[in-house]
Amino acid sequence: MGEHHGPEKGIKRWLLATNHKDIGTMYLWFSFAMFLIGGAFAMIIRAELFQPGMQLVEPDFFNQMTTLHGLVMVFGAIMPSFVGLANWMIPMMIGAPDMALPRMNNLSFWLLPFAFAVLLSSLFMEGGAPNFGWTFYAPLSTTYGPPSTTFFIFGVHIMGASSIMGSINIIATVMNLRAPGMTYMKMPLFVWTWVITAFLLIAVMPVLAGAVTMMLMDIHFGTSFFSAAGGGDPVLFQHIFWFFGHPEVYIIILPAFGVVSEIIPTFARKPLFGYASMVYATASIAFLSFIVWAHHMYTTGMPLAGELYFMYATMLIAVPTGVKVFNWVATMYDGALTFETPMLFCLGFLFLFTMGGFTGLMLSIAPADFQYHDTYFVVAHFHYVMVAGAIFSMTAAVYYWLPKWCGRMYNETLGKAQFWISFIGFNLTFFPQHFVGLAGMPRRIPDYALQFADFNMMSSIGAFIYGGSQLFFLYNVIATIRSGEKVSDDKVWEGANGLEWTVPTPAPFHTFSTPPEVK
Amino acid sequence: MYLSVDRLKKFTFRPALMLFVLFSTGAIADPSQRWQLNMSPGVTELGQKIYDLHMAVTIICCVIALFVFIPLTIIIVKHRKSTGKQAATWHENLFFELSWTIIPFFILGFMAYPSTMTLIEAYDTSDSDIDILVTGYQWKWKYEYLGKDGKNFSFMSNLSTPRDVIYGDPTERENYLLEVDEPLLIPVNQKTRFLVTAADVIHAWWVPDLAVKKDATPGYINEAYTIPTKTGTYRGQCAELCGKDHGFMPIVVKVVEQAEFDAWVEEKSKAVDLSPKTFDELMALGKDLYATNCAACHGVNGEGIAGAFPGLKGSPIAVGDMTGHLDIVVNGKPGTAMAAYGSQLDALKLAAIITYERNAWGNNAGDSVQATDVLNYMNGGAK
Repeated sequence: MGEHHGPEKGIKRWLLATNHKDIGTMYLWFSFAMFLIGGAFAMIIRAELFQPGMQLVEPDFFNQMTTLHGLVMVFGAIMPSFVGLANWMIPMMIGAPDMALPRMNNLSFWLLPFAFAVLLSSLFMEGGAPNFGWTFYAPLSTTYGPPSTTFFIFGVHIMGASSIMGSINIIATVMNLRAPGMTYMKMPLFVWTWVITAFLLIAVMPVLAGAVTMMLMDIHFGTSFFSAAGGGDPVLFQHIFWFFGHPEVYIIILPAFGVVSEIIPTFARKPLFGYASMVYATASIAFLSFIVWAHHMYTTGMPLAGELYFMYATMLIAVPTGVKVFNWVATMYDGALTFETPMLFCLGFLFLFTMGGFTGLMLSIAPADFQYHDTYFVVAHFHYVMVAGAIFSMTAAVYYWLPKWCGRMYNETLGKAQFWISFIGFNLTFFPQHFVGLAGMPRRIPDYALQFADFNMMSSIGAFIYGGSQLFFLYNVIATIRSGEKVSDDKVWEGANGLEWTVPTPAPFHTFSTPPEVK
Repeated sequence: MYLSVDRLKKFTFRPALMLFVLFSTGAIADPSQRWQLNMSPGVTELGQKIYDLHMAVTIICCVIALFVFIPLTIIIVKHRKSTGKQAATWHENLFFELSWTIIPFFILGFMAYPSTMTLIEAYDTSDSDIDILVTGYQWKWKYEYLGKDGKNFSFMSNLSTPRDVIYGDPTERENYLLEVDEPLLIPVNQKTRFLVTAADVIHAWWVPDLAVKKDATPGYINEAYTIPTKTGTYRGQCAELCGKDHGFMPIVVKVVEQAEFDAWVEEKSKAVDLSPKTFDELMALGKDLYATNCAACHGVNGEGIAGAFPGLKGSPIAVGDMTGHLDIVVNGKPGTAMAAYGSQLDALKLAAIITYERNAWGNNAGDSVQATDVLNYMNGGAK
């Protein structure tokens, strides 16, 4: 084993980081900071919606909050958190010493703080931050957008570049640095889901970049890509956006599937029920994600044939998603279950994500969607998938691997308390939103008719509870790192399997300098 | 940056009251609507079919949910390590894997058939009795009656909830945010076709009870229809984020008997009143029209919104040359949110608004303009 120097001292360790663990740590802290900022925006939204009438903010500022909440949560919190997890875990899971392209890894992280500084600085500009929703439909975002739209476009470009570099790195690492004997069909599912996600990212981030570049041209260079008055087409924007946007939701959820597929077998003490079928289901979902985008556009007046095609294709996604859910349940059957915090969050995921899947199936039915579209029913649906799907599984992942990362055990009581508070707060927030949506409350409105008042107040109370539970999480993580009980067992969890549990706890700065042999 | 002490006070004081209302039977809204949990089938056959479809899919989902969640719960209870259970090591089972892949296809097919039929029906906009052109504007709707007999008229429909109710106490206001100054009338049991478009950004015209939701997109004319079977007043809202006042552009449709509808068409088709008005008449009319048409951007007192919308108080256009003022109101300012009101309001209303803007809030242009002057300008002066 060669002699390795340790990390640099002080700030240089982080600015010049090329170590996958350091970069992973930075990604995770960055995404948590963004999660708290995006969450603060959500709290402002829910505070304004606490009761009918305008109390706290002006409608335009409300729109800035919904826009930034969406953008920050999707691009700043969820995506970077899973990239951080990939950085930490993929090399350790495939027996590689580091990521294949460590310097690019540094760049892809350090672009992000700048991208979000550009985006968030727009809050302090004249005319305010972007206020056209995270979907930034033209011409609201072009001809009618605030002056800060240009900064928003610049920010999206930078974060897109960061995502593409991160994805190239993951693909290069997995293709080239697997330990001898680790064939593709022996890779842990988390690695599999991330490879597929990385291909999705490389395919669709350039499409997003194209969309915002066309916006830039429309705003500053007199083109009319999206302006009907100049011969352009506002609906074209939606097609381009959702060609990116639909795979994007799978970019967010596939790594979450990977995490759950790692954690459930550990605490069931039983191998994953159908490894191969999980891999194929993931690949099918990724493929389908490219051919269903216009189900976000049922009310745009598409021709009947197009509408029917997108409806049938969308309904098909239920099949591989069902395969996944059945697999997780079958994995637990006949196991010996224990319910540590990571497992609780995975079970929460399983219950709530499945509900989000059902509402997704309902939304795929085009004629019914005429009533659901752009209501709170949709808001409830995608928060069941995004929060209970992506965020719950991310929380599970942090609790699951934290002892390996820092060599200390988190406080189980606090962790379980956080789960139950989150679970209750989440459902109190989002379950009533199904009702107000069906009863006719449109989304993205700062004020509402009186019949929606009761459920909105419940929603707001739930949101404050859920938001507060995240501070609990922050405290628990910091307390663990600073003073948690020391763990010395390499395996940490009785039922854990995989190469990451063969390295010492806490994981040393360099692992697998000599590749392990996989049988 | 928009927080103020005053608002914070309101925010901290009123929740106590609201919580009381929440857990009492107090009348914040019609009790039948207050706890509405489900979609309304509305008053059309199509709406009923959509509702049935929605219920069928919901029930299927609930049944599948039971199939997943009951075993899951049993497993969680029975297969615990703490009960002394040993974990098995088996995995994969071809029979189960094939069944849970193939059976869903049949369930989906079962859902797809009625969905297809309903969708085809929703797309059949042929053979309409009445045609209405619906145009979305930031932040109001324009309705144009396209009579088969050549009768044609149009009018704007604005939110009629006053701003001081929105910023004050809305709890007593019936139809809060769902009321307009001038509703659209359509006849009962007739097929009304809506041609939906927009003048600026994308909006969506949605009335749940009429089972119509269609995007209003600039450059497109989308079609939708309704055949209401019951008279009554039906309310909806814009369903596509369209800027600042997206939440404040409601839709009110009154479904009436044919005779009432015919009388309404007759009345609305009459020519615009062009007779001269006194300064005070113009100011009084202008004040109301300004509040519904202009105040959202330019402010109730002409103060505008810094950085976004210019104020009119003391502005060079409002107190300057009359032609410049006519030009910007009639033709708008391309590339900005300032729309061309020449196509939205009649000459009398334009004259009243312009007169008001020139003489309100300390603006002292001292002149006024008549409907005929506006017409002359539009016929000769407008490009």
